[in-house]
Amino acid sequence: MNYEFTEEQLMIREICDKIGKEKIVPVRAEYDKTGEFPWDIVKILSESDIFRVYLPEEYGGMGGGCLEMCIATETLSKYCGGIALAFAATGLGTYPLLLYGTAEQKKKYLPDIAAGKKLTAFGLTESNAGSDVGGIQTTAVEDGDYYVLNGTKQWITNGGEAEIYSIIAATNKAKGARGLSAFIVEKGTKGFSFGKKEDKMGIRASVTSELVFEDCKVPKENMLGRKGAGFMVSMKTFDKSRPGVGAQALGIAQGAFEEAVKFARERVQFEKPIASFQGIQFMLADMATKIEAARTLVYQSARDVDSGDKNVAKISAMAKMFASDTAMEVTTDAVQIMGGSGYMKEYPVEKMMRDAKITQIYEGTNQIQRGIIAMNIIKEGASI
Amino acid sequence: MDIVICIKQVPDTTDIRIDPETNTLVREGVASIINPFDMYAIEEGVRIKEKYGGKVTVISMGPPQVEAALREAISLGVDEAVLLSDRAFAGSDTLATSFALSEGLKKIGYDIIICGKQAIDGDTAQVGPGIATHLDIPQITYVKKIEKIENGKIVSERMVEEGYEVVESTLPVLLTVVKEINEPRLPSLKGKMKAKKSEIKIITTEDLKIDTGKVGLDGSPTWVMKIFTPPKKEGGKIFKGTADEVVAELMNEIQNGFV
Repeated sequence: MNYEFTEEQLMIREICDKIGKEKIVPVRAEYDKTGEFPWDIVKILSESDIFRVYLPEEYGGMGGGCLEMCIATETLSKYCGGIALAFAATGLGTYPLLLYGTAEQKKKYLPDIAAGKKLTAFGLTESNAGSDVGGIQTTAVEDGDYYVLNGTKQWITNGGEAEIYSIIAATNKAKGARGLSAFIVEKGTKGFSFGKKEDKMGIRASVTSELVFEDCKVPKENMLGRKGAGFMVSMKTFDKSRPGVGAQALGIAQGAFEEAVKFARERVQFEKPIASFQGIQFMLADMATKIEAARTLVYQSARDVDSGDKNVAKISAMAKMFASDTAMEVTTDAVQIMGGSGYMKEYPVEKMMRDAKITQIYEGTNQIQRGIIAMNIIKEGASI
Repeated sequence: MDIVICIKQVPDTTDIRIDPETNTLVREGVASIINPFDMYAIEEGVRIKEKYGGKVTVISMGPPQVEAALREAISLGVDEAVLLSDRAFAGSDTLATSFALSEGLKKIGYDIIICGKQAIDGDTAQVGPGIATHLDIPQITYVKKIEKIENGKIVSERMVEEGYEVVESTLPVLLTVVKEINEPRLPSLKGKMKAKKSEIKIITTEDLKIDTGKVGLDGSPTWVMKIFTPPKKEGGKIFKGTADEVVAELMNEIQNGFV
């Protein structure tokens, strides 16, 4: 397949592939088992300039965009969807700054992010606010030159390991979703600590933690966008980050598919490789077709984001939803093709199946994605 | 400090075949890589530059396609690349190759020359020491650690069969390195982009002003009679039973000339 990549995009894929093969594959099972954070791989990614790919050149980036982010995420996720998330979640945490940050804010934070010296995280979800963003309980109260944050964020990817956090808090609770604002909070700020580290089903090499704010004073200049724009900051961030989740899902699916093909060619039953049986062949054909369809959608959505098109919510949601549903199906089928072997931890596909599940859940459940798609279709219908 | 790395492009040994008719390596369809031991030399050169400053140049001898290997070296942190390329170099053995490289090195200038301990295709380990001999400079082979470089001297550890030796030498010096010396880095995106744009300097026999009779087939006293795949070792014979029985059986075999 020719995806019409530029030479630079091909280089990103080549480097990530080398890192995946040589550095991630030997350690992925161990990180999955221990749940430790893969700092050694993060170091390799930063030395290889991977954190620079989607950031502007003036801040130390390589001048790429969403497509470059997707190529890196997809390629790394093929080898480990959990380890790749240290990179991808930093993209999510950085988008609010990229989209709404002032020149000073960008100058202050982006160069270290581009160099991979600092990871970032995005903090929106709470125990009573996920799909319903309006349910956010964390408050930010104006006090002189500061906003004072109180509340707890839940299930935050890169929580505790990241240095820079984009946090959504209520500056006017009465207004619900319209009363939210976004802030940059640095690790080490007084009153900002980390709570429970979650024990997860999959993506176990990625860290998921509680963020606790207790009278945490954040300077006013750390607000992202204007006061009350928090909901918009979040939604516009997701519009641009969702192709990345699609890319992660795509990578996981591709990894599982390749394992299944390899196994089917080697495994002999009834004196033939199982790949010679039509039952297996049809499964492989369906898996490959779905992956290719998902890939086309993910790349197209990323290209739309990079084109500057303002209406990318629908296609971003489609890419995230379709690729993650595909990843779940393909990884499940890969385990099925590999039978008992697929179910065992000796082979990587059971982990891939566990890793795939989260992609249908986070950055908006796939039910929320369908809602977004439907809303946009109905809106477009009004002008037909 | 001028650091020069000598590298060789070799066929990827995961896919080595010998043409039974001609007794030569089948090169068609076989991917080329930088000789793995030279990867450690590149990494060490870049580390010396990062620690002590200076410039790292990579040099190789071979046909134009060796440019790919030189560009890869640039993506790993090397500053400049030089290729000795001329039809007159074709067929050079280790003596002629080390002579040509030494002449190239004279042209570039050097304080430290680093080579991998040997190439995985020829396995001779002669070119590094050959270069040092032609240049009449000290050499330290099988280096596993560079302890320090200061005041025009280098202190290094070289591997020997039962441990290691600490060797001090004046500069300029030629080192050959073993894989224990470091863990080579992966290429970076910036490095790859630089590699793409970099100019590879080509040097010919004319540029070197050397007698072409000292390079290529004419300058090579080595003649390869035959290359062949060694026969597979057959499994040994295992004797089973008590010690007495086994010894008796073994003695019997020896006396009958079967072992």
